[in-house]
Amino acid sequence: MNSMITKGLPSIKLPALKKALSIAAIASACSMALGLSSTVAMAEVNTTGLAVTDTEVTVGILHSLTGTMAISETGAQEAEKLAIKQINESGGILGRQIKIIQEDGASDWPTFAEKSKKLLVKDKVAAVFGAWTSASRKAVLPVFEKENGLLYYPTFYEGLEQSKNVIYTGQEATQQILDGLNWVAKEKKAKTFYLIGSDYIWPRTSMKIARKHIENVLGGKVVGEEYKPLGNTQFGSVINKIRLKKPDVIYAAVVGGSNVAWFKQLKAAGITADKQTLLTISVTEDEVLGIGGENLEGFYSIMKYFQSQDNENNKAFVAAFKEMWGDDSVIGDVTQAAYLGPWLWKAAVEKAGSFDVDKVVAASEEGDIELTTAPEGYVKLHPNHHLWSKARVGKWNKDGQATVVYTSELIEPDPFPAGYQ
Amino acid sequence: MSFAYDKLMGGKNGLTGFIILAILILIVFPLLLDSFRLNLVGKYLTYAFAAVSLVLLWGYGGTLSLGQGIFFGLGGYAMAMFLKLEASSPENTAIQSTPGIPDFMDWNQLTELPWFWEPFSSFTFTLVAILVIPALFAYIIGSAMFKRRVGGVYFAIITQVIAVILTVLIVGQQGFTGGINGITDLRTLNGWDITSDSAKNIFYYVNCFLLLGVIIASRYILTSKFGRLLLAMRDKEDRVRFSGYDVANFKIFIFCFAATISAIGGAMFTLQVGFMSPSFVGIVPSIEMVIFAAVGGRMSLIGAVYGTLLINFGKTAFSESFPELWLFLMGGLFIAVVMFFPNGLAGLWQDYGHYITDRFKSVKNLFVKPASATKATTVENS
Repeated sequence: MNSMITKGLPSIKLPALKKALSIAAIASACSMALGLSSTVAMAEVNTTGLAVTDTEVTVGILHSLTGTMAISETGAQEAEKLAIKQINESGGILGRQIKIIQEDGASDWPTFAEKSKKLLVKDKVAAVFGAWTSASRKAVLPVFEKENGLLYYPTFYEGLEQSKNVIYTGQEATQQILDGLNWVAKEKKAKTFYLIGSDYIWPRTSMKIARKHIENVLGGKVVGEEYKPLGNTQFGSVINKIRLKKPDVIYAAVVGGSNVAWFKQLKAAGITADKQTLLTISVTEDEVLGIGGENLEGFYSIMKYFQSQDNENNKAFVAAFKEMWGDDSVIGDVTQAAYLGPWLWKAAVEKAGSFDVDKVVAASEEGDIELTTAPEGYVKLHPNHHLWSKARVGKWNKDGQATVVYTSELIEPDPFPAGYQ
Repeated sequence: MSFAYDKLMGGKNGLTGFIILAILILIVFPLLLDSFRLNLVGKYLTYAFAAVSLVLLWGYGGTLSLGQGIFFGLGGYAMAMFLKLEASSPENTAIQSTPGIPDFMDWNQLTELPWFWEPFSSFTFTLVAILVIPALFAYIIGSAMFKRRVGGVYFAIITQVIAVILTVLIVGQQGFTGGINGITDLRTLNGWDITSDSAKNIFYYVNCFLLLGVIIASRYILTSKFGRLLLAMRDKEDRVRFSGYDVANFKIFIFCFAATISAIGGAMFTLQVGFMSPSFVGIVPSIEMVIFAAVGGRMSLIGAVYGTLLINFGKTAFSESFPELWLFLMGGLFIAVVMFFPNGLAGLWQDYGHYITDRFKSVKNLFVKPASATKATTVENS
């Protein structure tokens, strides 16, 4: 234990340490005198100058509230606030209430970097819940590593990353892709695949993994692979090619607003679920709001969470979410993953008995932090900072909700999959 | 001496403004602000390069470019390419399929460094490239348009279109450019840790001196015969042409010069912020740069710097205090500036600044002998 403390505090000079210890002594004496002995004094749980007092701990929420990403990120920040509210109501963390400082990333990656630095350097927050796109994560990553902050990142993403300062609560690419492909190959006897995605890092990496799996493991064939710029709304030429090639499965990773055009044009071209199997890795309940359930009916999404999941945890979560944010709100995969962030942080802090980032990370890396109350069922934190989780295939209904038709076993996260790079 | 005074500083008013700005950014900010805020000011001041370039091009030259982000981006990307190559040493990238190339290339199945990346492993080449490539690019655009007498709104639209094309190109060719993520994770410059506080402070001062140098150089251009021709062209282009001047060449020159200035800003941006992304190349940042110049006063080099600082301070302060309302507050600020100070901050200073200077003078006069004070006044009036 001693060696761990010194490891975490290489830069603190002896007088400072002594001072900290004497403050700790006074503080603990005071709290005992006041009969608050159940709360551990500030100086003991916070040796690195974070914004932690004897009654409060400050965290940051950093999502886009304005700009093109606001529509996607709203759900995530709402879920984080819900989790924090619930934690506060149940007594907080180490006897402290969580206070939130919210910043707007404004859908602009440099702004994300600026705001994350502000949260870490000025506000000294103990943890940050935020970022959504890979680009924003890449922009804030050097800041978190430099300032030794702690980020809980909620989005399913391309993998190929494992930072000491980030806990990834979404699924990395292999957790989402492989089981979905196995399922479609088995259930739909699929042999030929047409891959289509938006043109940036996440779809490209996902398709690279999918292609290797289709060709090397499933013995199938990729008959087309195509990328369209972000925001593209013209899918006519792709749809013509799909008609020509007649793939067994269209495998799609089209993101954001493009999705609306993509599915409407598919329907207009007569490509519907009764004639064509389509499996997408980029459509959650949030997107369906924009696309319209009738345009998606019968198509499949592979995610780790669907709002319609039938278990006690999820029923309570959905009810609490609707109570806080309105009856009309829908909950997508990322929203649920964002909800896990504060709970995972709470578990790690309590295990470490400290808010110090190094200790919280060390506790997280022991690999035994689990949430049995997760809406998606059960998750466990792997030493590689990702979550063990299950993959689920959902079949979309007209009302914008999905019916879960397949649930995998718990999948081990593997951000650097051998043989798929 | 008088050359330096008149040409480089722009006479008494210019000198006062210049000295106040220098004191503010070199002494007041570093004393008042902690290193986080100072680094933010450093970031804002890199945009000021683009704003200053627009004062030359738009305020004096009468040619509105809605594509200064192109050159800011080119400068920034050139610097980022150098830093990224340094960060992608085979040891640092050992987990990749092809070690030794930038990580985003590896994700995009590239197996060797593209030819146009090779020269950017040299720091000298990079510095030259930051100055020359944007100017060259501006020369090509400029000569294609100005020689054909394309100007005004058409020029503005075309520059904007080029900004869009360049963004699409950068985003689409992600194997070569890093795509929408940009070029990230830049840490060292010739082995020197650029993320440390001391490095950020040094960059801040380098940035300030470069900006002040750019203002002096721009002053020199504006007070020379060329500067007067520029104004003449703005007001009556045909008359200048009929007087025997080659209008196109003057315009091309000032466009290239503005491009180089913006590129210096871009390179300093990359150094201070630690990454470069296509979000600086497109339409929105280009128009923001025009707003900085407009708020500062498009006829004032120094006003452009204040305009940039004011808008960005506003952006940061509003968005920190009101994360859900800040865009409306920014909108309100723009409307207020346009309605109440159409000539920007510089106009405000010209209209009301003399109240402050007069008061300053009257205080000064208390300590000066009446005779010499009268003399000083006559000299000023002459």
